[in-house]
Amino acid sequence: MDVLSNLALGFGVALTLKNLAYCFLGVFLGTLIGVLPGIGPLVTIAMLLPLTFGLDPVSSLIMLAGIFYGAQYGGSTTAILVNMPGEVSSAVTAIDGYQMARQGRAGPALATAAIASFVGGIISTLIVAFFGPLVGKWALEIGAAEYFSLMLMGLVFSAVLAHGDLVKSLAMVVIGLLLGIVGTDVTSGLPRFSFGVSELLDGVGFTVVAVGLFAVAEIVQNLARKEKVEVFAKDVKNLMPTWADMKAAAMPTLRGTALGSFFGALPGITASVAAFSAYMVEKKLAKDPSRFGKGAIEGVAAPEAANNAAAQTHFIPTLTLGIPASAVMALMLGALTMQGIQPGPQVMTSKPELFWGLVASMFVGNVLLLVLNLPLVGLWARLTQVPYRWLFPAILMFAALGNFSLNNSAMDVYLCAAIGVLGYVFAKLECQPAPLILGYVLGPMLEENLRRALLMSEGSFAVFVTRPISLAFLAVAALLLAAMVVPAVRQKKELAVEEGASGG
Amino acid sequence: MKTPLRANRDFLAGLLFIAIGAAGFSAALSYPFGSVHQMGPGFFPRVLGAILVGFGVVTLASGLRSGVRVEGEWGWFPLATLTVSLVSFGWLMEHVGVIPSLAALIVTSAYAGREFKWGEVLALTAAMCVLAVAIFIWGLGLPYPLFAFEFGR
Repeated sequence: MDVLSNLALGFGVALTLKNLAYCFLGVFLGTLIGVLPGIGPLVTIAMLLPLTFGLDPVSSLIMLAGIFYGAQYGGSTTAILVNMPGEVSSAVTAIDGYQMARQGRAGPALATAAIASFVGGIISTLIVAFFGPLVGKWALEIGAAEYFSLMLMGLVFSAVLAHGDLVKSLAMVVIGLLLGIVGTDVTSGLPRFSFGVSELLDGVGFTVVAVGLFAVAEIVQNLARKEKVEVFAKDVKNLMPTWADMKAAAMPTLRGTALGSFFGALPGITASVAAFSAYMVEKKLAKDPSRFGKGAIEGVAAPEAANNAAAQTHFIPTLTLGIPASAVMALMLGALTMQGIQPGPQVMTSKPELFWGLVASMFVGNVLLLVLNLPLVGLWARLTQVPYRWLFPAILMFAALGNFSLNNSAMDVYLCAAIGVLGYVFAKLECQPAPLILGYVLGPMLEENLRRALLMSEGSFAVFVTRPISLAFLAVAALLLAAMVVPAVRQKKELAVEEGASGG
Repeated sequence: MKTPLRANRDFLAGLLFIAIGAAGFSAALSYPFGSVHQMGPGFFPRVLGAILVGFGVVTLASGLRSGVRVEGEWGWFPLATLTVSLVSFGWLMEHVGVIPSLAALIVTSAYAGREFKWGEVLALTAAMCVLAVAIFIWGLGLPYPLFAFEFGR
């Protein structure tokens, strides 16, 4: 049993006292910060990223992954109690979760979310363990042309599934690709877009982009907006769901897990799509669909399971292909690159302890998440009431100090401020930042594989359509784009994304 | 009612795309283009710049057609305040040490909020300085002086 011996290797890595501690620290900090209102997983990770750079690659990835699912779970808590989800994926949970809280059933809603996340997480981690190596093995055999087309497909996915206008999202991908060019060209050694600034020779720092685009821009947006929200934190009691609740949530959890695992493995499809489709499926299957939106427990269990399942299977394309499945995964890849590890199919063979250590730590992390959340739910509930005027200076402090510390240079802080301004302008003009960050991370790889493919084909673009696998990826991307041009499909997608984003 | 161009969301977005694309394209003109067979360092950025200009034109045109407005007010005040707080933090870190820089960052940025109470902000500043020093200086061992008034560098 290959998988078993590999998992044994992984648990050997994940269960060392040191990595256990980092996993716990990650889950704890992730939940702690993710639960604060208006702070989503992206901002949480971007903010805490610099804390992990001093660690060795395995520990830092384990801690980051812990931060990620901690933050994701924390976001669901906030969604249920405050109806102020940090990102779109928990917005789906907010629809029925918040209604349950209003009916005084915040406790069962939170517990259901925790248990559904746990089940989704454990099952999908098994899927990662079994399918990850297969994908990795396959990826080792494909050439530059296939790689290029696969990345192109991922980028198209991310643009098509982003909220809002398709052309604008595609433009954001291109801006991200351009941003990824900044720095010394690997082939010619020529500095590009560095404008004589020596700090730019190594490119625009990864956390600089992430923090500027997500943290700074988001704070300004929150400050410019005036909203009153009702918090239902006080009546968190009767934590345990009743037997009837459990029975009602069981099948939706499993269906959500299946959908989430599937969608999560496709590059460019975010957890929010998985969560939303899981919600829609439950609504379709329900005997009385009118209960949805009014506090149906299935509406909490299914998207939470899907959400967390997708969060784990996202690691399949991210780690085996080096293609991030979402903006959060782009952050993880960026972190790996900063650790000096070139992501791609070779990681699994050259650094098995990294891949399997991470997979094993996902099991550990999900157990920790459950153990941590059920008893601490009261504390998290109280944290949702921390006023934003205390939070944002603290976020900014982490962002600024973190960015400064990476290269001991003020330039990174200035750049971060500049990208923050740009990010805010983009947000106001409703240009989505997620496609940009994917483009930024994939840019160098996309260029490299395009160069290699064209070199081998002696300058013929035909190579992308004559090789069947490459053609298949391009065809899927083209089909998706074509479908978006059909007005009826576009309207349906807009409706779906909108309903998910508005959060009831 | 007709939307003025300065409030036209997609017109502005298109303009921004065109500007970035054109800037990227023209900056890449000085890099060797190479050939399709052997892509030079100028190939990728020039192609991308041109594509971005194209997307910009499409976005701009659809803005002119639909006339959708930018939603809500622009938050220029918080944006400017936060930018100033970050830039001053960067500069101060290289000249006066961690504690004064952090204090400046937190007080300035807090000013961007809707409510500003001196007592609260000072307490927050003190707490955050302790937290930051504990995590970054003692925890991660970053070699920054807490106070250092060196303007000569």
